[in-house]
Amino acid sequence: MTDPTSTGATGPRLTVNKDEPPLSPPSIAGESVVPRGAGGDSLGDDPTAPPIDRPASAVVGSAQPLGVSTLEKSPVLGAGSVAAGGKKQFADRIFAGLASGASGFVIILVALVAVFLVIKAVPALGDDKVNFLTSRDWDVAGHRFGIVDLLWVTVIISILAMAIAVPISIGIALFITHYAPRRLARPVAYVIDLLAAIPSIVYGIWGIIVLAPKLEPVQRALYHLSGIPIFKNKGYTTGTIFDGGVVLAIMILPIVTAISRDVFERTPRTNIEAAWALGATKWEMVRMAVLPYGRPGVISGAMLGLGRALGETIALYLILSKPSAGPFSFSIFYGGETFASKIANNAQEFSTPTQTGAYIAAGLVLFVLTFVVNAAARWIVNRRREFS
Amino acid sequence: MTTAVVERGPGASLASPGRGRRKIKNGVATTVITLCFLVALVPLVWLLWTVISRGWHVIVKSSWWTGTERGIGYRDPGGGAYHAIIGTLEQVALCTVISVPIGLLVGVYLVEYGRGALSRVTSFMVDILTGIPSIVAALFIYAVFITTLHGQRAAWLVSLALVMLMLPVIVRTTEEMLKLVPNELREASYALGVRKWKTILRVVMPTAFSGLITGIVLGIARVAGETAPLLILVGYASGLNTNLFSGFQGSLPGMINDQFTNLGSGNKAYGLDANGNRVLIHNYAPDRLWGTALTLVIIVMALNLIARLVGRFNKVAN
Repeated sequence: MTDPTSTGATGPRLTVNKDEPPLSPPSIAGESVVPRGAGGDSLGDDPTAPPIDRPASAVVGSAQPLGVSTLEKSPVLGAGSVAAGGKKQFADRIFAGLASGASGFVIILVALVAVFLVIKAVPALGDDKVNFLTSRDWDVAGHRFGIVDLLWVTVIISILAMAIAVPISIGIALFITHYAPRRLARPVAYVIDLLAAIPSIVYGIWGIIVLAPKLEPVQRALYHLSGIPIFKNKGYTTGTIFDGGVVLAIMILPIVTAISRDVFERTPRTNIEAAWALGATKWEMVRMAVLPYGRPGVISGAMLGLGRALGETIALYLILSKPSAGPFSFSIFYGGETFASKIANNAQEFSTPTQTGAYIAAGLVLFVLTFVVNAAARWIVNRRREFS
Repeated sequence: MTTAVVERGPGASLASPGRGRRKIKNGVATTVITLCFLVALVPLVWLLWTVISRGWHVIVKSSWWTGTERGIGYRDPGGGAYHAIIGTLEQVALCTVISVPIGLLVGVYLVEYGRGALSRVTSFMVDILTGIPSIVAALFIYAVFITTLHGQRAAWLVSLALVMLMLPVIVRTTEEMLKLVPNELREASYALGVRKWKTILRVVMPTAFSGLITGIVLGIARVAGETAPLLILVGYASGLNTNLFSGFQGSLPGMINDQFTNLGSGNKAYGLDANGNRVLIHNYAPDRLWGTALTLVIIVMALNLIARLVGRFNKVAN
């Protein structure tokens, strides 16, 4: 949070001073003498030296005594300095303009993303021969595209990733903030952050070549639960939604951990000590003080992770196998395509406006999904911040 | 944990009934929480081990750093990643040149100027930009430059898509770092009659300098391994192409993808021998695959390490 009282108010005050008549002693002192003298320039040369080290006379001088000395000099100096001041104000305006211009650019950029995706998607949707939202067909050459399968795989793979990653992340965050020895906490946090540094394409090749074969026994064990539709055996051993979900879980782990860690660290000391005072064990303390306090943070962290999972492209593009058309299946032991991996798989086939538009429409749905999830997460975080 | 912690003695009120069960619960919780951390270590160590053990013998050859893949078939030995490294460097450099000034200015705006609606909207939009999937950023660039302006697929479009991913990283770090600069420094500067723009450029930003560099380096690390825009906005070239603005260009993630999609099944490439039996024929493409992955991991990890080290020198460290 900025502190508007100092950064904001001080600048304009100087500006006002300069516009006053040159004969007013404080304004001349503040505007013409000091910036050109030792104070202004040496400050620029060594900005980091503590302000107290400035010659005391300069600071005092800017208030009053120097003003008198200026008056003694010829009024020409005063006039010249006003001109210089005008130039400086110009520079100030330019800089402020650049900064707000850059902000405007970001706003327009995000707005343009939405606008362009809509403009390119709408004509294609008009050509769609099936219902975009309720059909399973995806045959862009035949102008038939419905997103049911894509939506299902995208959602189930993200939920699977969350189901694995969120509990583990909470555990890691608790370990770092309340269980690990002080000396260990920092390196441990760093190691978890390293997981976020690995490019997703490396997760992709590792996931399909190394991890997926090792997950096969787990998958076979879960076939025993095949009474539940999501564990149904569909004859796919690697490249399944299950494999993709596990890799996604590893990828979102650092995000969820980082945000949970942040809120757990800020648990009020008093709450923790109150729990201790009641004779709580460590786990009871965590349950009574840390977890309730951190709940909104964990939820928003989980949603940021979900946003990442929904949009993950390249890892799933490499891992998920594409099943041939068949009846719809709820099974996670089945191949499939998410919005993102579908677009990536067909990147070479953007030939006609309708074909391209179909994929852009899929991208638009993905954009809206991640937008909603991320906005909700930020909303929870910001609401919390207002309370604390 | 703290000095003020009251020792939980056996006389405390909660302690009397079922003390044994509570103790066991506590022990189980401690074990589970520690296990969570160890579980998270498994994929990290496993992945790094895989990439290093399968890739190191490829990248230690000097030809890896000087040669390209031109004229080398998928199952042929040899070849280097020079073209891919150059491509990645160029694409990331162009992206950085565009992102850094804009990102720094937006960060400055949010901290030094931002009040009211524009600031709130900007902050919200930066959050949204953080969440935009890379494939959507790529589709947007495609929709603007290729379907609307009828441009050709080329590497500079990848850089533009990467800008959208790098910007929020730089903005957020800049914002955090500038907030850490004590207001006394700004006030001292204003009191000396220094203009606001000069105060920001000569006092505030130099004080936060190492923090700003950290943000930029983290931004570079974020985009260096990004693959989705490459698939949509440029093709992969196995030879050297230093021109960002025309033709296909190699890049490290693109090279991994290229190797992988021509790998056959898994990391074993099978073929048929003279008698029609399925046999393992070559292992070269997988070698290059892991070599490229290791090269990319080394670059990204090094960038993260640099960011962390530079952060150590931060004058306004929290």
